[in-house]
Amino acid sequence: MRRLLPAAVLVLLSAGAAAAPPGAEACSGCHPATRAEGAPPPLAGQPADDIAAAMQDFRTGQRPATVMDRIAKGFTDEEIRAIAVWVARAQ
Amino acid sequence: MPSRRAVLALLGAVAIPLPAFAQAKPRVVVVGGGFGGATCARALHRAGIAVTLVEPNPAYTACPFSNAVVAGLRELDGQVFGYDGLKREDVIVVQDRAVGVETGAVVLAGGGRLPFDRLVLAPGIDVVFGALPGYDEPVAERMPHAWKAGPQTVLLRDKLRAMPDGGMVVMSVPANPYRCPPGPYERASLIAHYLKTHKPRCKLLVLDAKDSFSKQKLFQQAWAELYPGLLEWVPLSAGGKVTGVEGDALVTDFQRVTADVANVIPPQRAGAIAAAAGAADRSGWCPIDPVTFESRQRPGVHVIGDAAIAGAMPKSAFAANGQAKVCAAAVVALLRGAAPDPPKLINTCYSLVAPDYGISIAGVYRAAEGRLVDVEGAGGTSPPDAARSVRAQEAAYAEAWFRTITGAVFG
Ligand SMILES: Cc1cc2nc3c(=O)[nH]c(=O)nc-3n(C[C@H](O)[C@H](O)[C@H](O)COP(=O)(O)OP(=O)(O)OC[C@H]3O[C@@H](n4cnc5c(N)ncnc54)[C@H](O)[C@@H]3O)c2cc1C
Ligand code: HEC
Repeated sequence: MRRLLPAAVLVLLSAGAAAAPPGAEACSGCHPATRAEGAPPPLAGQPADDIAAAMQDFRTGQRPATVMDRIAKGFTDEEIRAIAVWVARAQ
Repeated sequence: MPSRRAVLALLGAVAIPLPAFAQAKPRVVVVGGGFGGATCARALHRAGIAVTLVEPNPAYTACPFSNAVVAGLRELDGQVFGYDGLKREDVIVVQDRAVGVETGAVVLAGGGRLPFDRLVLAPGIDVVFGALPGYDEPVAERMPHAWKAGPQTVLLRDKLRAMPDGGMVVMSVPANPYRCPPGPYERASLIAHYLKTHKPRCKLLVLDAKDSFSKQKLFQQAWAELYPGLLEWVPLSAGGKVTGVEGDALVTDFQRVTADVANVIPPQRAGAIAAAAGAADRSGWCPIDPVTFESRQRPGVHVIGDAAIAGAMPKSAFAANGQAKVCAAAVVALLRGAAPDPPKLINTCYSLVAPDYGISIAGVYRAAEGRLVDVEGAGGTSPPDAARSVRAQEAAYAEAWFRTITGAVFG
């Protein structure tokens, strides 16, 4: 079952979007792809710098939050940077 | 009739791996079309894998927010999601039940076999009838568990509606682990809300096989504020553990409580296909590798969602959805012969204690020493001293979460 695949298939498998950095795919559990009533704002399309800055401020508590403070504290500066770049482009 | 020679040629074509066959897309079968399985199937499909999703039901009935259905605050219709969104993207959905797993193929109840290079099991839970003496399937028609959303949810709602004012509602809550740790307490809250609004002379007794539970401080604070004298919680240490069911009564070591409406949340285990595949251990749940979600017992078979033993992660729809994405990425890497990246996962469970009063618990997780552990310093519950406006905001975010996640998974 641990079958390796021939080159042609490998090309196919890697053709999709760049692999998400750790944690990045969890954001879409709450952040919708497009603006939705009552939901937090979509992340795709926001500048990566703004997303990273907001995450830093949630982490330090500088920016008030219901839940993002508790989430942001789980990520390092490097992780936040990588996530911000990926979610800004996703979809 | 084709000639004997032509048949032999055909057989030859199957037996000898011609380049065209060798380049076929890798095949992954996903069993179970819930939050875990439907998410995983879609992610694998988008990564270029030939995926088949196996699910016996024509539509999925979601448990999150089903407590609001029990309390008459929502209709069951709002919980039902079809598979058209997946089919529109050309994910193959086979309406059947998986009954066994052979080497490299899933066996279906309908008699078919689905070959795979890797298999993902996301069967959710089975209620273990008989684990609580006297509680079997016919009794569940009188004393609904409502722990799988659908007819059981409606049954419990209707029994509450039919009960006269002054009646006694009794809930039985199991020991860990079970699906949705805060779920029983959200249900108790919303049933109390229903009683307070419609039948204020009723009482709700919550008999618990545990002494502590998820978001306990927040729940108890809200109960004291919103439902004083109506809702009583009896922990294990005060004799709360239900040891059996007799007639209309729930039995503990200390008393026999006759209920006008009983809601028994029974012990649970991974859906039966997990054990049939050899992926479940003696606990009834499935040990997994925390990076790939591959079974510790059955190589090539991955287990996600409620069925898996996911360390510090609770059994939630949020967790099943996140695990499905991590598992899909790992399966793609493994099929490519690459090393999967160590994941970071998030969970958030919202609970309603009243329609406009929401609380949450969050966690961030990483793989360490063979299991999923909490990232220290992150996560936790909503603050105990928040204003009612914050609780209302969290209730609104809870509903938005449900719309967002069901849209992403089934839309
Ligand atoms: C009252 C209640 C409230 C809840 N509230 C929340 C909440 O607010 N937030 C939250 O995150 N979670 C909540 N949950 C938990 C959530 O419902 C589960 O954790 C989630 O459904 C798990 O997803 P899953 O994919 O593992 O299993 P499921 O969603 O149960 O999906 C399993 C699927 O597999 C199918 N299946 C089973 N066996 C087979 C087989 N042999 N062959 C083919 N298909 C099969 C089933 O038909 C089902 O469709 C709640 C649960 C309850 C009971
Ligand atoms: C449990 C749901 C949830 C998850 C998961 C989640 N968010 Fe949020 N996010 C929110 C909410 C709610 C807000 C509004 C602030 C608050 O109340 O916490 C928000 C706000 C934000 C904002 C500010 C947006 C703006 O324009 O005002 C950013 C940036 C953000 N989140 C990034 C992320 C990233 C990155 C992730 C994944 C690592 C993530 N979020 C995961 C719920 C979530």
